[in-house]
Amino acid sequence: MLNYALRRLLMLPVVMFALSLMIFALQMSLTPTQRLAAYAPSPDYLKGGQESIRRMIEQYGLNDPFYIQYGRWIGNVLSGNLGWSETARQPVGTALSSLFPATMELVVLAFVPGLLLSIYLGSRAGIYLNKWPDHLIRFFTIVGWSFPVYVFGLLMLLIFYSVLDWFPPGRLSHWAQDVVTSNQFVRYTGANTVDSLLNGNLPVFFDSLRHLAAPAISLIYVNLASMTRIMRTSMLETLRQDYVRTARAKGMLRRVVELHHARRNALLPVATIAGMELATMMGGVVITETIFDYAGLGQFSAKAAANLDFPAILGFGLYFVVVLVVMNLIVDLIYPLLDPRVKTK
Amino acid sequence: MKALRYLLKNPVSLFGVLLLLAFVLIAIFAPVLAPTQEFQMSAYDTPRAGFLATPQPPSAEAIFGTTEGQYDIYYGVIWGTRTAFKIGLGVVSISLLIGTIIGAVAAFYGGLLDEFLMRVVDVFMAVPFFIAAMMLVALMGKGVIPVFIALTTFGWMPYARVIRSEILRLREMDYVHAARAYGASDMRLIVLHILPNAIFPVLVLATMATGSMVLTASALSFLGVGAEEGYADWGQFIAYSRNWIIGQSGNPFQYWYTLAFPGAAIFLFVLSWNLVGDALRDMLDPRHQAH
Repeated sequence: MLNYALRRLLMLPVVMFALSLMIFALQMSLTPTQRLAAYAPSPDYLKGGQESIRRMIEQYGLNDPFYIQYGRWIGNVLSGNLGWSETARQPVGTALSSLFPATMELVVLAFVPGLLLSIYLGSRAGIYLNKWPDHLIRFFTIVGWSFPVYVFGLLMLLIFYSVLDWFPPGRLSHWAQDVVTSNQFVRYTGANTVDSLLNGNLPVFFDSLRHLAAPAISLIYVNLASMTRIMRTSMLETLRQDYVRTARAKGMLRRVVELHHARRNALLPVATIAGMELATMMGGVVITETIFDYAGLGQFSAKAAANLDFPAILGFGLYFVVVLVVMNLIVDLIYPLLDPRVKTK
Repeated sequence: MKALRYLLKNPVSLFGVLLLLAFVLIAIFAPVLAPTQEFQMSAYDTPRAGFLATPQPPSAEAIFGTTEGQYDIYYGVIWGTRTAFKIGLGVVSISLLIGTIIGAVAAFYGGLLDEFLMRVVDVFMAVPFFIAAMMLVALMGKGVIPVFIALTTFGWMPYARVIRSEILRLREMDYVHAARAYGASDMRLIVLHILPNAIFPVLVLATMATGSMVLTASALSFLGVGAEEGYADWGQFIAYSRNWIIGQSGNPFQYWYTLAFPGAAIFLFVLSWNLVGDALRDMLDPRHQAH
């Protein structure tokens, strides 16, 4: 176990290094003049004409060889300096860390119920293979999978906001925003749901849930298919195993065998792809947050991309990748606890 | 024959195949269905009737209505089909080619080269696909070509992985040993003997990916970093509906047509590819027969 964990941990810097190289290479595809924007303290510096631009390129060493520039850049990144974001009018690092809790809140609220739902639907479909629950579940999930998140999101906005007026866009209502920014309200984590509970303010808690509901439902539905599919296949495979047949032959109830013996083991492949699924969902956040005007990392990155705010885009990419790599590592480390067979390898 | 029997037993899959055929026909006959007009820079440049900001409902001139800025939705939906096929098939076939080459080289030569190539795959896989594509397009600038490049750059890895594992499995088969004993070259072994047998799982993957590539490309257009202004692309048209879809108070469905037609087009297109891919997978996977 320790060996396995250690090997995974040792891989981490290698992966990180390669990823940082990749993001830096993306950055280097810009011309020195474009990259200069990342260093200019204010837009006026770029208006000084060819001569001053050339001088600044010289000053910041933007014509130096690749490895020298990489070294300088990675040094900056490691000391937390990701450049200045024109979109946020803040340093990129500050903007990202202030928006991170909002996105995490949304992703967790979509990922956990989505996971449970796909386990439930997938095992149902497996048990009732080729019968109507199976057909129904497959149809339901494949429809969700084919829905572009922006079309589904706009539909949700139309139904739950314009028609029913249940789930408004944004992150908080105005009154709740006033409460959250007031002095009495302590911001422990930056995530509204958690903070409002810690502050014992239930109205704000429900208000933030109301704003989270529609984006979370959109994320869940469009991402439901793949995990349900894996769960179904895995359930089918488990149901053919000898021990399942033995349990049935002993006269155990079909329901007990299916739900208690087979389903547990069928969960393993789902755990394997859960990390990847989380990544997909976090990618989906970009559009979902944009549609529902939810001020998080995703909306920020979409704005940055549209504004050609390069430091923000690259900083966001780097930040995101680090979060994902760490999450994947956690999944990998949990995995041997679920499947003892991994330990011996 | 087996495929036909499967289709008849699975009406949903049959529906997928027919739907896909319908889209192929729409793409082929686009110039007939929505003739190009004078003053168009290219056929993908959607004609507009004036510059009025408010979308106009379906009428005799524009049967699906017009978007904000008066782009003809019908024209965009029809020619958008061609854009979708171009992006979907183009990106997938080039990624498939790259993935196959890298996977084959890794599997066949093994050792350090394999280790290195697979770590490269791991690194590319570690970046979330959509975000990576968005970053790359933002850096390269708007347009269909940058979208194409970005999707290919971050889309080839799954094929490399699958091809590699299939080759590793097939390499140890007796018929490959026999061919080698006859003196077949590496190249001949890979191209003639191994790849044809390894291609099926990859084909399933590719079919499924076609739909999702179109989804991603449209998503980029939706965010305003994909296709150029006015380009016949479904995502672009959905982006035009974004400001209008909630309607006005008292009349939430006032601008329904701005979302309904392009939204239905992309949804059905992706659905058809997913249904076909799903059917292929079921046919090829023995686990999916009844227990």
